[in-house]
Amino acid sequence: MNGHGELPDERAKRARFGRRALAGFAIMLALVLAVAGRFVYLQVHEHAEYSTRAKANRVRLRHLPPPRGLIYDREGKLLADNIPAFRLDVIPDKVQHMDAMLQRLAMVVPLTDDDIRRFKQGLRQHRTFEQVPLKFRLTESERDRFAVDQWQFPGVSVDPYLTRNYPYGAEFAHVTGYVGRIDEKEQARLDPDRYAGTTHVGKTGLEKQYEDLLHGTPGYELVEVNADQRPLRVLQRVPAKPGRNLYLTIDERLQRATITAFAGQTGAAVAIDPRNGNVLAMVTVPSFDPNLFVNGISQADYSALLDDPEKPLLNRAMRGGYPPGSTVKPFIGLGGLELGLRKPDDTVLSTGTFYIPGVARGYRDDQRYGAGRVNLMQAITQSVNTYFYSLALQMGIGRLDQWMAKFGFGSPTGIDLPDETGGVLPSPEWKRKTFKQPWYPGETVISGIGQGYWMVTPMQMAHALASLADGGRSYTPHLLAATSEGLETPETPYPQAPPRQLTHDPADIAAVMQGMLGVVNSPLGTAYKAGIGKDFPYLIAGKTGTAERYSRTSEAYNTNRNAQYLAERHRAWFICFAPADHPQIAIAVVLERGAWGGSAAAPIARKMLDQWLADTPPSDRPPPITTPATQTAAAPITP
Amino acid sequence: MNELVASFGGRARRIARRIFSRPRIDLPLAIGLFALALAGLTVLYSASNLNTSMVAGQASRFLIGAALLLAVSRIPPSLLRAWTPWFYLLSCILLLVLTVLGEGRGADRWLDLGVIRFQPSELMKLAMPMMIAWYLHPRPLPPRWRDIAAVGILTGIPALLIVKQPDLGTALLVVASGMFVLFLAGLQWWKIGAMLAALAGAAPIAWHFLHDYQRERVLTFLHPENDPLGTGWHIIQSMIAVGSGGLAGKGFNQGTQSKLEFLPEHTTDFIFAVLGEEFGLVGVLVLLALYVFIVGRCLWIAANARDTWSRLTAGALGLAFMVYVIVNGGMVSGFLPVVGVPLPLVSYGGTSAITLLTGFGVVMSIHAHRKWTP
Repeated sequence: MNGHGELPDERAKRARFGRRALAGFAIMLALVLAVAGRFVYLQVHEHAEYSTRAKANRVRLRHLPPPRGLIYDREGKLLADNIPAFRLDVIPDKVQHMDAMLQRLAMVVPLTDDDIRRFKQGLRQHRTFEQVPLKFRLTESERDRFAVDQWQFPGVSVDPYLTRNYPYGAEFAHVTGYVGRIDEKEQARLDPDRYAGTTHVGKTGLEKQYEDLLHGTPGYELVEVNADQRPLRVLQRVPAKPGRNLYLTIDERLQRATITAFAGQTGAAVAIDPRNGNVLAMVTVPSFDPNLFVNGISQADYSALLDDPEKPLLNRAMRGGYPPGSTVKPFIGLGGLELGLRKPDDTVLSTGTFYIPGVARGYRDDQRYGAGRVNLMQAITQSVNTYFYSLALQMGIGRLDQWMAKFGFGSPTGIDLPDETGGVLPSPEWKRKTFKQPWYPGETVISGIGQGYWMVTPMQMAHALASLADGGRSYTPHLLAATSEGLETPETPYPQAPPRQLTHDPADIAAVMQGMLGVVNSPLGTAYKAGIGKDFPYLIAGKTGTAERYSRTSEAYNTNRNAQYLAERHRAWFICFAPADHPQIAIAVVLERGAWGGSAAAPIARKMLDQWLADTPPSDRPPPITTPATQTAAAPITP
Repeated sequence: MNELVASFGGRARRIARRIFSRPRIDLPLAIGLFALALAGLTVLYSASNLNTSMVAGQASRFLIGAALLLAVSRIPPSLLRAWTPWFYLLSCILLLVLTVLGEGRGADRWLDLGVIRFQPSELMKLAMPMMIAWYLHPRPLPPRWRDIAAVGILTGIPALLIVKQPDLGTALLVVASGMFVLFLAGLQWWKIGAMLAALAGAAPIAWHFLHDYQRERVLTFLHPENDPLGTGWHIIQSMIAVGSGGLAGKGFNQGTQSKLEFLPEHTTDFIFAVLGEEFGLVGVLVLLALYVFIVGRCLWIAANARDTWSRLTAGALGLAFMVYVIVNGGMVSGFLPVVGVPLPLVSYGGTSAITLLTGFGVVMSIHAHRKWTP
């Protein structure tokens, strides 16, 4: 004992602890012996039994991945489909020399460097006894060639699977998005039970947004295998539950008509049903073929898409920010009325240049000597800057921002797609945060005509217009209308957020609408020359917008330059809704290079209206009105 | 050149002397732990399908653990005792943070600190016996009822936090490590009997508070054949693996149950079954003997320690260590329900290995300072 000089009490404590430690050790020893006895029982007494069971352990669990839900447009056209295909799988454990085998295999079935690179990546993600896909979508001749030489490649097999297919290709690439191979990051995030046996996952668009609905529940099979682990028969099978089918609000015919109308010009268009927020068309030009991404895009194809100066991968409809120009005028004019700052008939004198009191710099009107005295309707119809310069100054940037934010400017609309951007609603706080600079009164003035730091996505513009068209009611735009478990089961409507009322006096909206009717139908209207209101069964209300891509270097401004020159400098907007008395579609079109909104963008919107309201009127649309559009619209406008 | 080598050699010798001289580590215990770690890596190498990066990862955790062990062994027990309440408080706070952060994410036992990720409940396995020993250290022994009540609160709070994770198995082990301290403190046998009786009476009430999956595990344990695909699958496959191993086993890397993926979790909770399959009863008994030796050595060190805190801490750490082995061994042999308890220093996993070795660092410190007044 080491207890020199210990107190008697300490010695008693130590002795008591010694007894307890011994008792504890004895109890533990007894328990260990019990466990050891259990092992003796299993490994000696029952050894023969378990040895037989291990050898006969031939029942394997095989996961059955669920078929992915399908995606339909509003008329039942199939936008995303599953088609049977074949792929080449490798079980790494059964391959002795992987690189040599791949070299020999490449002589039978062509393997690209991309295939090999992706396969090597797959080797890291899977366990060595699991199948790792090597090449997807084998052609028939590749399958035949491999079948002949299969005996040379133990561990390599051709397996059937369902692959995602987008029959309309580029038309819906920015709507449906695409699925792709599960990568290492997703592997870590996804529930391993739900994704057992699944190779693909939604990467962008609706495929990503509604991954949870589309994926379904996997099933399993109990398979009896022989000593080489080859399956002999299925003992029990619990089928996979397919993912839910999605029924969209979008219309394939309108989408196609819109793309055709763009004729390859870079830009975007969005059409929304103002009565419910249904997105009817969502077009981005140029687009890309989503099928390229499904089984792994080749490096060359991917580089080509990335290097394209027109950026086909950019979803312009909801991620492209454009200065809105004059398209903000109806909204700001409405703000003037709703905030009680102006009455519809209050006039402003336009002389060609607007000055902030006490400041030398002038702000220009489009007409060199001004439009004279104009009220709100005339100011919208002729897009008179001075009216809105003075209104913006009167509102002040704070109230202007607050009002425009109500219509969704400056924040994402909340459409059911991932990664939507919110544009820029310029405000002193925003400028301070972004540029660390103070706000100048001149910036308030130009905010009134949609110039300056403004950035708006076509989705935001269409959403704001739809809210205005439906009497100030704002619905969150959405693409998903309903889901169903399969073709046989009824569709379940997908719940939508209730609308919010943004305005309080219907007369205010009526006044703004008069101005917008004039844009299209009055001879003074900025879109009149394009003739988009001609020979159309309904009244169209619209607004043009032409925003400058670059800031001008001098005050001199020559509107007589040729259209090509102007197109390079301008973004052309046109927004419209129809029928004006009972709006069923609100459209926003933007062209990245358009000379003027009225001449370049408006005809595209007209072709969309033709498709939706005139050419194939579905049963639920109202009968066409009989009075010619131009006459009724011309009445309230006094030039 | 020669001088350099000589000076380097001299330096290495000096460092070695400083580590292995005073304060000295206990050589038998160190050898036992080293042998166990080596055996663990060997089984892991086979269980992971000869995955060298996994084995290297585990080995590097052992090295971190060994470094912590050496560092802690140099700290006098009086200092460790003074730090104990703070260590306990820190572990409680981490558990609380995990409960708040992990809200609604299912069974999440991990705390992600960016650089390192670990399980606070593993930390508590070390902090708990130290804390109870700290509480009983200045008080008269055997513990009075009011001390027992205080110990109940000290163990109860972290245990509830761990149950909420939800990780019933670990919570029970944490409570057990606290109870071992009471036992070693000389709690009268009749009081132990009374507490056990109360516990048995409370069991039906506790059943109501169990999660569905926890009840399912207990039920599956009682009737494994009812659920051949779920938890029952684990038990059956594990028993087949162990039973088919026989006396001498199928040989290294020859176990069909783990190689053909019949055995689930074969690098973590069920690694004992891999050992049983490939090294047979002989391997199992050798491993159990190694554990018994380590625990016996811990208790011997505890019996020779100089103060109450040291005795209770070293003794309880040893007993708790043995309980992990018994629970895990019972689980893989179909003797106890499936609770997520790893086999100490053999199962793949970082926090467990590092905290266990740190705990042995405390034991080493107690051993090294048994003769000196701190």
